[in-house]
Amino acid sequence: MTTDHPPVEDWAVDFDHTDERYAANPFPIWDEIRSSACPIARTERYGGAWLPTRHADVSAIAYDTDHFSSRSILMSAVRPPLEAAPMGIAPPISSDPPFHGGARRVLLPAFSPQAVGKLEASTRAYCDELIDAMRGREVVDAATDYAQNIPVRVIATMLGFPLGDDDRFREFVVEVIEGVDLPPEARMDSMGALYEYLRAQIEDHTAHPRDDLTSFLLNAEIDGEQLGFEHVGRTIALLLLAGIDTTWSAIGASLFHLASTPGDRERLVAEPELVPTAVEELLRAYAPVTMARLVTEDIDFNGCPMKAEDWVLLPFPAANRDPEFLADADEVVIDREVNRHSAFGLGIHRCAGSHLARMELRVALEAWLDAFPTFTLADAHGVRWSGGQVRGPRRLPIAIG
Amino acid sequence: MISLRVKIDEASCEGHGRCYALAPALFEPDEIGNASVLGDGIVPAGEEDRARRAVANCPEHAIAIDAST
Ligand code: HEM
Ligand code: HEM
Ligand code: SF4
Repeated sequence: MTTDHPPVEDWAVDFDHTDERYAANPFPIWDEIRSSACPIARTERYGGAWLPTRHADVSAIAYDTDHFSSRSILMSAVRPPLEAAPMGIAPPISSDPPFHGGARRVLLPAFSPQAVGKLEASTRAYCDELIDAMRGREVVDAATDYAQNIPVRVIATMLGFPLGDDDRFREFVVEVIEGVDLPPEARMDSMGALYEYLRAQIEDHTAHPRDDLTSFLLNAEIDGEQLGFEHVGRTIALLLLAGIDTTWSAIGASLFHLASTPGDRERLVAEPELVPTAVEELLRAYAPVTMARLVTEDIDFNGCPMKAEDWVLLPFPAANRDPEFLADADEVVIDREVNRHSAFGLGIHRCAGSHLARMELRVALEAWLDAFPTFTLADAHGVRWSGGQVRGPRRLPIAIG
Repeated sequence: MISLRVKIDEASCEGHGRCYALAPALFEPDEIGNASVLGDGIVPAGEEDRARRAVANCPEHAIAIDAST
């Protein structure tokens, strides 16, 4: 942690989502705020921000795109310039209506359930390949030996990047994602390397169009106009940033739960048809993603005097565990039948990759449970969770037996 | 005879896809992943539980279920 993040003393008026305790175990923090007199916490850090914890508040804010802008969805000390709206740096996630609709619409067909279905067999084959490489070892790191690799390979395949480049490509991506704490110059270097790689791939696709997502984006039109090199490059960067550490986190958190809850693991091994239901419950209880919004004009929100340019975090994982929203919200009920969770957000920004992410998560669990039906946590103290807005295990030592 | 009928509010549906995963005999995805009701939305015998589960799991509260005569 850097010096501008002193440890949090009072979560109600000085919260910080990068605090180590928040990364390790945010649930009691959300519970405390949610059940206090004011269920929306405040901090003066980051130039002023709010943290709602009730499902009703999180959904009301997600739906109110007039007062809560997506101009930036990642909270930091720096706010992107007002002129960035309504497109933002990475459409559609950073866009507001009316620009948002078109930028989102171009992406959706590539991520429809039908399109995603075609990727299932190759995803399963790749999971099996990763598993074969782990066989014979006693303890593996399920985060880096398994979970992390899956979304990287899937998106690289969709984009039509050379599979021989897999390792290089993963290094770029991980450097960019993990490098968020590095000084700006080092960060520019890793972004620069990724950018150069993407430029070469896009140029190659421009010269030799083929049947893949990169060519699809290069041909796509909004209102009769092609997207252009810049928009395509930014969208691909978004797909990498939005699709990789999120899915990696969801696969890892699910394996963490099953490794530390033998009853649930045994049940899924015995009843594999329950996996899709379990996937929804694991997504609910370990929802990896918290988004941010910027307040557009002064507003009194349920008694909170929100000011223009204040940040508001949308902790979908806290909303999913609100006892007013769901009975036994704090428990993982692997066969839960009523589960209106919002792990993929609510309203117009509903995760465009949700069908892909679900397929990856289900297939990754099915392949793992087939191969290692009796896995357990090798070292509970060796598990490390990422902090910030995407939460998942970054180190996950599992004994595969 | 009274049977159930499901209906989707197109303005609220955001394509989470819970309904067509839970009740594929009642709902199907369009090319962007939003849901439409199959046929006239009348729930055939034996599909009532799946219909109710779809309604109860839609994150956007976009599915209505009514008795239809
Ligand atoms: C389990 C894994 C994932 C989770 C939990 C997740 C979560 C989310 C959430 C909560 C949002 C809403 C953002 C907001 O309200 O501001 C979102 C948006 C988005 N996600 Fe995901 N995501 C996952 C995987 C993916 C994948 C695999 C892709 C694509 C490769 C992807 C692409 C996107 C895109 C493009 C958006 C922006 C949609 C829009 O603004 O209209 N995500 N995601
Ligand atoms: C651990 C959580 C995350 C952190 C710390 C993080 C951090 C960052 C940072 C530092 C940048 C560079 C900004 C700049 O220099 O312009 C960035 C860019 C970006 N991030 Fe993330 N990010 C996280 C998760 C996500 C998620 C979940 C999404 C989407 C669902 C996302 C989407 C983007 C996009 C679209 C860009 C802009 C890419 C570009 O235009 O080059 N990020 N992120
Ligand atoms: S579950 Fe709801 S939001 Fe999702 S596709 Fe079905 S109707 Fe639409």
